[in-house]
Formats: sequence, structure tokens, C-alpha cells
Amino acid sequence: MTTFEDWPWQYSFPPFFTVQPNLQTRKIQLAAWCDLVLKYHKANNLYVLDIREAQGSPLFHNVDISRKLSIEGISEVMNEMHRRHNAEPLDKTKNRWHVLWHTLDEWAAILYSWADDTGQLGGVCTFYEIANTSGKEFSGIDQDVLLKALRKLEQRKKAEIIHLDDGNGVKFF
Amino acid sequence: MDRFEHAFPYLLDGEERVARARNIRIYEGDVKTSNEGGDLLLTSHRLIWGAPGAIENCDACLALLLSYVVFLEVETPGAFVFTRSTKIILHLSPSLPGKSPGPSSSHHSNHIKFSFKDGLEDSFLAGLRNAVRLKKWEVPTVQSPSKKVLPVIKTRAGIVGIERNLEEKQRATDHSISAAFQDLSKLMEMAKDMVSLSKTISTKIRDKQGEITDDETIQFKSYLLSLGIDDPVTRVGYYSELDFVMNLARQVAEILEIPVQEQGGMMSMADAYCRVNRARGLELLSPEDLLSACRHLDKLSPCHLRLREFESGVQIIQSSTHSDESVIEDTVAQIERSGTLTPEEVSQKMGLSLLLARERLITTEKAGKICRDESIEGLRFYPNLFLQRET
Repeated sequence: MTTFEDWPWQYSFPPFFTVQPNLQTRKIQLAAWCDLVLKYHKANNLYVLDIREAQGSPLFHNVDISRKLSIEGISEVMNEMHRRHNAEPLDKTKNRWHVLWHTLDEWAAILYSWADDTGQLGGVCTFYEIANTSGKEFSGIDQDVLLKALRKLEQRKKAEIIHLDDGNGVKFF
Repeated sequence: MDRFEHAFPYLLDGEERVARARNIRIYEGDVKTSNEGGDLLLTSHRLIWGAPGAIENCDACLALLLSYVVFLEVETPGAFVFTRSTKIILHLSPSLPGKSPGPSSSHHSNHIKFSFKDGLEDSFLAGLRNAVRLKKWEVPTVQSPSKKVLPVIKTRAGIVGIERNLEEKQRATDHSISAAFQDLSKLMEMAKDMVSLSKTISTKIRDKQGEITDDETIQFKSYLLSLGIDDPVTRVGYYSELDFVMNLARQVAEILEIPVQEQGGMMSMADAYCRVNRARGLELLSPEDLLSACRHLDKLSPCHLRLREFESGVQIIQSSTHSDESVIEDTVAQIERSGTLTPEEVSQKMGLSLLLARERLITTEKAGKICRDESIEGLRFYPNLFLQRET
């Protein structure tokens, strides 16, 4: 069971759960949704969102005022997050999403500075090691998100992904 | 019985077999005769009664010329009578001189009965009535095959048949439509008379202002007004369409100006249509005419009304002193006072029709002053906290 206490005021405002037809209003509404989704995922350390299952989560369903965001509403929110680089679709139907409370570039920067700080440059780390480093933002990071972030580094020639038998590894330069 | 004659069951010239019944007894008046259980053959000219088998064997039979029949009736057995047979009663005229000899020259009664022991079939009765009515025996039977008029052959099959069928149907509908419209045009004529009558009366009143007391004048004028307007604008008096529409627009403006103000500055077209036609009384406007008149409302110089179309396609008449800004302001004030409102509640609170209340809310929503909440409970509107809290 997930826990989240930091609900914004909009969460108990019924119109929040209806996609507003007024464009200006909708823009503000979607921005609020994006913030909430990111905060929620960050607080619960969640990386993947499936639209088909999302309606069951308290994130999109406020039991107290019995309102839930429609499936179309959720995908609209996800598309908006995609535009902001805070989400990436995992399939063509755009049902499964990676939720990125740090964008991939940010993740890449965080990982590189961690490697720099801990003297890992030139050495090899496995993905398992990275995800299990405690006390860091990327503790428990989703393997696929990690791979995507490291690819970004690879493009800039700052790292190289190594395919090992029991998982992947990375070498920072 | 004296009208009967002896005859053989051969058909005469022009005579046709119509129907046949079995097990028939003849009554003279109300008295049974010995002629029972025989067959009765109905032809276009005669009723031929024969003892069982006589007709088939062409033996002598008794024949009654249908020309004697004055009137026929049917006697059905009552519910409590044991005799179950149905009887036909034939009232006969006196026998003519020169009649072929019959079984009896005496006559006791002017009516005879045929009793149908096996029940009377409707087809027999109908055939009998028909034969008596048609009086085929009066039609001269002189005819040679060459003189026969060839009947017009009506093709009932094939494309020609279908075409003919369609043509006939068309003619029938044509006929019924023109018949229907005849009534209507009469009604219109009467309406015109009514209008001219009321006009003359009102001018007379104006002329004789002094002679009639003021009270009476006022009373009469109120009668006229309750009938409608005394001079409705009609197409007949105007040559150009524009002229007509402009005048109509002027009249519509006169009729609707005050009601629109009373309704809070907006009136739906349906309401406007009802009010205008109620005021006009007899010379009713078509919705198209009203609409085109309303389109010209803003071209009238001293007019405070105009036609407004919402994006949803709903058309209303709006007072021009009544701007969107004030509508929005009012609506927002209402909603902020109550916290949240449905269109139904707005229509109740502001005394508007539901349609107008909805349009008001949507206009206000477009301006970004309120936002909606659509749920299974229906549509509700809230103050737009998204925008308000943002700033």
C-alpha cells in the first residue's frame, strides 16, 4: 500500500477531476496534475504507471469526494508530462509510462556527479550496485529508467554500457 | 303459391346461376307446404325449387320469378325456439296475367318463406339480395357476339401495369392534397376578413370618439388587443422581401422588447416564436420568417434587441443593453455565493429557462471565471479556483 500525505488543495476540489474545456483553465489544471503525479511517484519511489490500472490508485481517485479522473484525462496528463520530459511511453499504445520525476538528462547528470564524487570514473559498476546504493535519490531506481539515463551519458561519451551475464554494467569515463 | 310456375331447370337467355342450397322447405305464408327437403337454385332471374335430385335430372321444378319479390327479410331462430332453421321471407307482388301455370292458382298470403334446415349461407343471401337489386331480367337479352363492346384491356402485369398503378396512386394523392388545401385557403380568406373588420371597427371608434364614452372605447380596444394586433404585417402588402422582413423585424422588436427585459435580457427563440405568434393572433408567422426578421433586428436604428447564436447552435434574442460581461458577472456572483451550482439550480435562482441557464454558464466558463465538475451526479460549476489561486 502506498502512502502519501502531501495532497495539494486541488485534490479535494471536484472540478480537478474533470478535464476543463476552457484552454487556459485546462493548462493550469494539467500543470497541477503533473506536479501531483511526480510528487506522488517520487514519494512512493514508483517509476512505472499503467493507465489501465491507474484509476484504481488513490492518485487519480479521491474516495472522500468520490471523484476519479477519466482514462482519457489520465492519458492527457501523461501526454502533458511527456511534453515536459517527465514521462516516456513504454509501448505504442501509450498505456504504460515511465514517470521521470527527474528528466533523463537530470538523472544522467546526477549519476555522473555521483560517480565523480565517489571516484568511480574509469571503473565499472553493475546496475544492481547503482540501484542498491542507499541514501541516494536513485536508490531503487528502475533498471530500464537507469538504462535510458545511462544511454544519455553514452551519447556524450561519458560512459559505456557493458552487457554482462547477470545484468548490465556501466563504465564511467 | 300462385306465383310459382312449373318449369325445367334450364337457364333462359342471359340467365346465370348464382348460388344453390339444399334441404329447403317452402312455406306459404306461415303455413308449411308439402314441398320439403328440396334443393333451391338461385339464378339471376329466378329461384328454382326442385324435389331432391330433380335439378340434377332436369325434372320439372317449381320456379319463382324474382321480379315478384318486393321485399325480403331474414328470420333467425330466437334463443328459446326449438326450430333451428333460418328462414328467408319473400314478400311478393300479385301474380301477373299470362303467367305460366303453377302448382296452385289460389293465394292465401302475400309472402312465402324458404326454410333453410341446414342453415343459411351468407353468400346465398347476398346473392339473392344482389339479384333482386340488379333486376337482370329487365335488361334486354338481344345481343349478338359481334355487337359486343370489347372491354378495355387493363394490363395489370409488367412494367406498364406498375406504371399505371403508380400513376393512379399519384392522382389519388394529388386529389386529396388539393382537397385538404382548399379548406386552408378558405380559412385564410376568413382570417383576412376578420382583420379588415377589426380595422374598420377601430377606425370608426376613432372617428366617433366623442359619441361613445371613453369607458366603452377603452373596453372595445382591450377586446381588440386580446384578439391580437389589429394590423399584422403580412407578405401580401409588400413587394420586396427585404421590405417585408424589415417591417416584420420592427414589429417583432415592439412585441418583444419588454418581455426580453423582464426575462433578464435573454429570450430563447422558442419563447419568442410563441409570444410573437400569440400577439399576431391569426396571421401566423413561420419560424423561418421570424428568424430572418430577427437577423435584421440590429439593422433597426432604435432597437435594443439582437439575435445571438451560441457556439452550441442555440439562438436567442438578447437585449443589447445586456452585455456578456454583465451576464458573466451575475453568474459568477451567483456561484460564489452558493459555492457550487448546477444549471438547474441556476435556472431556478435566476428565473431562466434551463437552456438559457446552461448557455449562461458555458459563456461564463469560456471567460474562465468558473470551472466544471462532470460526474455521475451530473454537471456542476464551481468558481475557477485554478485561476484564482494561481494569481
